[in-house]
Formats: sequence, C-alpha cells, structure tokens
Amino acid sequence: MKERFASGFDPFVLPFLLGMIFVLGYCAYGIVRILLQLPRKDRRRFLLSLITPHIILKNVWDIFCNCLLHVKLWKRNKMLGFMHSSIAFGWFMLILLGHIEVMAYCPDRIRFFYYPIFFNYFVAENESTIGGAVLFFLMDFFLLMILTGIVLAVVKRVRSRIFGMRRTTRLSLMDNIGLYSLWAIFPLRLLAESFTAHISGGSFLTIPANWVFRQFLGNDLNMLPTWWAYSIALGVFMCVLPFTRYMHIPAEMMLIPMRNAGLRIRHPRKGFARIEVLSCPGCGVCIDACPMSVKKANIKDCTVYLNRQIRRGNEKRIEEISDKCLLCGKCEAVCQVGVEGPLLRMEQRAMRKYGLSQDFSGLDVSLLAPAASGAKVLYFSGCMTRLTPSIGKSVTSVLHKAGVGFRWMDEEGGLCCGRPLQTAGRYEQAAQLIRKNEELILGSGADTLVLSCPICYKIFSQDYKLPGVRVVNYATYFSELIASGRLNPVKSDICYVYHDPCESGRGCGYYDEPRKLLGAIAGIAEAPMSRSESVCCGGSLGSLTLEFAQREAMTRKSLENLYASRADAVATACPLCLATFSRYSERPVRDLSEILDLALKSEKASDRTVRG
Amino acid sequence: MPDFGFSLSKSSSVSLDSLDLGLYGELERLEPGVKTCMACGSCSAACTASVWSGMSVRKLILNLQRGKDVEKMLGSCMLCGKCSMVCPRGINTRHLILSLCRIYKKQ
Ligand code: SF4
Ligand code: SF4
Ligand code: SF4
Ligand code: SF4
Ligand code: SF4
Repeated sequence: MKERFASGFDPFVLPFLLGMIFVLGYCAYGIVRILLQLPRKDRRRFLLSLITPHIILKNVWDIFCNCLLHVKLWKRNKMLGFMHSSIAFGWFMLILLGHIEVMAYCPDRIRFFYYPIFFNYFVAENESTIGGAVLFFLMDFFLLMILTGIVLAVVKRVRSRIFGMRRTTRLSLMDNIGLYSLWAIFPLRLLAESFTAHISGGSFLTIPANWVFRQFLGNDLNMLPTWWAYSIALGVFMCVLPFTRYMHIPAEMMLIPMRNAGLRIRHPRKGFARIEVLSCPGCGVCIDACPMSVKKANIKDCTVYLNRQIRRGNEKRIEEISDKCLLCGKCEAVCQVGVEGPLLRMEQRAMRKYGLSQDFSGLDVSLLAPAASGAKVLYFSGCMTRLTPSIGKSVTSVLHKAGVGFRWMDEEGGLCCGRPLQTAGRYEQAAQLIRKNEELILGSGADTLVLSCPICYKIFSQDYKLPGVRVVNYATYFSELIASGRLNPVKSDICYVYHDPCESGRGCGYYDEPRKLLGAIAGIAEAPMSRSESVCCGGSLGSLTLEFAQREAMTRKSLENLYASRADAVATACPLCLATFSRYSERPVRDLSEILDLALKSEKASDRTVRG
Repeated sequence: MPDFGFSLSKSSSVSLDSLDLGLYGELERLEPGVKTCMACGSCSAACTASVWSGMSVRKLILNLQRGKDVEKMLGSCMLCGKCSMVCPRGINTRHLILSLCRIYKKQ
C-alpha cells in the first residue's frame, strides 16, 4: 500500500472530525458530572473497581456481550438481537480493522483520528497487498453485515409486527435525525469505498460495485462527493448523538462498570439513575410487556417514556408517569439494559415534600401485642387478608389440622407491614411501622413467622430485622408440613394454573415453592407467560393514580394469559390477586391455602388430636 | 346524667359564613373523585388503622366539607389501600389521602 497524499489530509474529513471532537468532549463532560453527582462513598467504590483486576475482566466481558453482541436481546427476540448486534458488532469490527490497516500500512498516520475511518481514500493499492486481501475481505464482510442490520431496521420501522413487537416507540424529532443519519452512514460508506476501489483495492462488495459505476460514471471526479457525504453523515450522527436515544451507546459502557462496582440508585435523577436512564436505547420491549399498555392511553406511561421524559426534564410528565405505574417489575425483568423502572419511580415519589407526614414512632402497640402463650409459631395475615377472610380462615384451618400450635397475630387487626408506604415513597414512615412490628414479633417469643401475603413477604424477608425468627411464606411452610407427614392431602383432580404474584415472584424470586405445594395437592398447568414473565393482575397497590375502572382491562388481560393454559381454575398466593381476579374471572379462583384446605377435608378429627 | 351506654351527639352546627373550605377545594382539584363520596362508610369498616386511631375516610371527607380539622386522622393512615378497594364509588381514597397530606398546612 502506498499513500496518495503527502499531507494525509483532505477537507472532507472535517465534518467527521468536528462531530467526533464534539461527542468526545460531551461524553467527557458527562462522565465528570455524573462522577461528581455520586455520593462520595459510591464514587470511591467505583473508582477502586476500575483498578480491581477481576472487575476489569468482568467489565470487558459484559461490555462485549451486552453492548456489542446483545446477548440478552438475542435471548428475548432473535430478529431484534440479530439486527442490533449486526450493526453494533459490525461497526465495532470496521473501526477495529480500520485501525489494524493503518497500523499495518502507514503506522505513522495512526495519530490522525480520521485515518482508520477514511483509510481507503488515502491509500492506493500496489503489489504488496496480498496480505491485505484478507483485511479487505473482512472489511466488506462486516460492511455487508451492518447493511443487513440496517435493512432489518428499516423493515422494523415500517412493520414492527414482523419482529413480534406489537408496539414500538414513537420517535422524537432528534431521534429521527439520528436514525436517518445512522441509516445513511453505511450505504454511503459502501458508495464511497466503491468509487475508490480501483485505486485502493476492495473485495466482493466494493470491487463489483466499482466496476458497475465505472461503466457509466467513468470519472474519478465522483469520488470526492461521496466521501464528503459519508463524512457528513458521520458528523451529523455524532453531533446529534447526545440528544437522541443513541446516547445509550456511551452510557451503557459506563453503566456496566458502575453496576459491576455495586452502585445503586440513590437519587431518581442523579448519578447512577442518570446513567441508567441514558442507557435506554428506546427498544420498546417494555411497552408490550407492561400490563398498563392494554390501554392505549397508558402506553406513554411505560418505562421507555419515563426515561425519555427524564432526559427532557419534563417534570409534570415525570410525576404523572411515576405515580401511575403498578410497580409490577415486569419492565425491569424484560429490559436487556436493566433499567430499574419501578425503583426510579419509587425514588421519584420519595422526593416529594409533604405538608403532613405520618409519624408512627410514638405509637403504643401494647394493645396489638399477640396474646401471651407458649406457641412458637406466629401467623401474620396482613391487612389485605381482611378483605379476603377465606384466606385467613383456610390458613388457620390448615394449621389446626396439622396440629401446629400458633397465634394469629393480627386476627383482631394490627399494623400494616409497611410495604404500601414504601411503594408510595414514604420510606421513613415505612421504617417506623417496621420497627413497631419488629417490636411486637420479637416481644412475642415466637421463633417462626408464617405469612400468607406476598406483599408482606417481600418487606418482611427483605427489610425486617428479626434475629432468631424464621420468616417463612405459607407455601414453603405447608410443603414442609406435608413432607414431615403432619398433613396428608388427597390430591385433587382439578387442574390449576398458578399465577405468580409480582411481589413474591419478581419481587423475591419465589417461584418454585408454590408450584411444589400446588403440584402436591392438585393438577398444575403453566401459563404461556409465567414466573418472571407473569402478568400483574392489575390490582397492585403500587399505582397511586390508576382508578378502579381503569384496572379492569389489565385484570382481563392477565386472566387471558392464565386461561391459555387450559387449566380448570386459577390458583394464587396473594389476597390482592384473589380479590382482583375474583371480580372478573369466569373460572374459579382460589388461594393456595384454600386448595390445600379442600384437599385436607378427608382428614378425620380424631387424627388431629392424636398428632397435636 | 345516668349512663345508658349511649348518649346524644353534641350539637355540631356549622357556620357557613366562617367556614374555610380552601383545603377541600384544593383536594377536589387533585382528586375529583372525592365529590362522588356518598358517605357509605365502607372505607371506615375496612380501615386497618381505625382499630387504634379512629381513622375513617368517610369522616375525614365529611370533616373537610365542614371545614373541621383532620390532622389526627390523616396522621394515622398507613396507606394500606383497603379503603380504595372497597369503595363502591371507586374513589381512589389512597391517592386522596396522599394528596391531602401534600397540600396540608399545619396550623
Ligand atoms: S427501558 Fe429497557 S426495555 Fe424499555 S425501552 Fe429502554 S431498554 Fe428497552
Ligand atoms: S413496573 Fe409494571 S406497570 Fe410499571 S412500567 Fe413497569 S411493567 Fe409497567
Ligand atoms: S395483587 Fe398480586 S399480582 Fe397484583 S401487584 Fe400485587 S402481588 Fe402483583
Ligand atoms: S367507601 Fe367510598 S363512598 Fe363510601 S364513604 Fe368511603 S369514600 Fe365515601
Ligand atoms: S389506606 Fe389508610 S384510611 Fe385507607 S384503609 Fe388503609 S389505613 Fe385506613
């Protein structure tokens, strides 16, 4: 290879250079800003992680898998995965190979930013390029890969259904400019390289194209305009990048090391949250996933739009979006970037100023204390169970039948577990209730706390400090009673489909135990979307503003998914799910405890006294 | 007076002239549902806090409409949301309480 221009410069590189300098400067400024926003401890932790060898390795690996190959997206949607990884990985390879070419043929030019990008313009082929043939081939190969990705992207914009997506994101003006300039970059690159291929050499794409062009445009004057166009497309793309969703490219490379360093959201807008929001490429996967999106009017309240409004700083919309969400956690479960939609919203709620704040710290709970007794097992049914008394009744009935000596802590009413306050962003008040309940439980002398509500279970298992007390969900506890032979249920021939409540499922990863119990007492079927993909019943307390009437469509949608399993009836493990489903379900809905209690009907009273 | 186990309620006349309905008016704006309350009392029956605090959304709304103080009641709500689940009018009482807490000004 030999160089065509002694200066190694042509004015057409300027648009690219300007764009590059702008975007690098912007990112450097952004990184410094975010680092300053981090709490001091987090900042130290993050910077330390950047020099810890095993975290560095993990960072590189994660960035490679997620940013370039889009492994998580592949798992979710093959077409989308292919589209994104062909563009990202292909582009990365073009840049990498460009640098290798420069290093190989004109190493002293590597300090010119633009040389690897516009290499083909600045060099002419001579006899020594046999080794280069491989590089040329690879260059064309990856360019072809990107072009396939771009074609898919165009198809997706026109017909998203081909990709299995019912709805995709609506783009803003800036996003559109970014999108079209991105689409333009690679066809222009193909053109530009094709026009110079008879000088600089090329491969299976560029050489035939060059031959075609020369048939009717046999004039080297066409070369420069195409290189200009290519450079301008790059320049435009990089200049608008910070104001479009493409900001996710640099942001995600920052998010991964931060997450690996163990940082968490501590403010709804600043630091880690900011990076999370910027990392959202607006893929729109969370739109179809969100239970609220059954109503078209709610689509603009999905996490992808929360991210967009936070970027724009539209306070009014941020507040509305934050309040409407059910906090079911599904958007987070499907998001391949890992944007914590529910947490962002809770933090937003927690920022509010209140004229009056509840204060439970001085509450005298002596009246609510469970009756003194030797029973070591406490049953806390939670306030929601008071609206579905059948659950409390069957749980206690099962415990009686097993001969367990227990006390029903809130039979006559008690304190709330604090989770609803937490979801409303009232962290301090929730903590006060937690302390009061801890006081009650520790004071009772019990060593086991049985819970039948997943909302309670989430906060009891994650935020309560109860040394010496085992917090256990009733499904686990009942399975143990069956295993130890204290309960002998007769398996029912009714087939149930189990609905994973959000709080115990996505909230606690509690998926197998309820299925184990259900499998032991009845037939069991799986819904098409279950476990971490389960669809919220729509009754969630997470939403502050959704009206009763607006929730019906969500409940019906969730039921539809359950019915698709062809089960005879629906099984839940949540009083709120039970109440919500019962309102509209055409098939019977029962709580696990009710099903178990029914399966124990054959137990004779005499057995009980013997074992008790 | 002998104790009959019950008594007559004290006369509670409301003077429409000296009433300050500012709080209620603002609440109506934030949570228009409050206008549809029919004082059925389902919310009070379901309330977790009522056992130990006398909290009742029904009473809270009535008190607001009569310009009376609601601070003590508001201060005992645990936002458990049961009141909104039972309200036959579908009023989002939980949001009502949260909104009220936000706009409340301590005397
Ligand atoms: S939040 Fe996640 S799933 Fe939703 S658009 Fe952004 S990246 Fe996609
Ligand atoms: S948490 Fe659930 S309801 Fe809220 S935005 Fe995510 S998917 Fe939608
Ligand atoms: S009611 Fe059940 S399904 Fe609905 S949000 Fe709560 S736990 Fe989830
Ligand atoms: S349940 Fe609803 S309608 Fe009845 S008193 Fe309470 S708020 Fe009013
Ligand atoms: S949200 Fe407040 S007022 Fe409503 S039932 Fe719960 S404690 Fe009572």
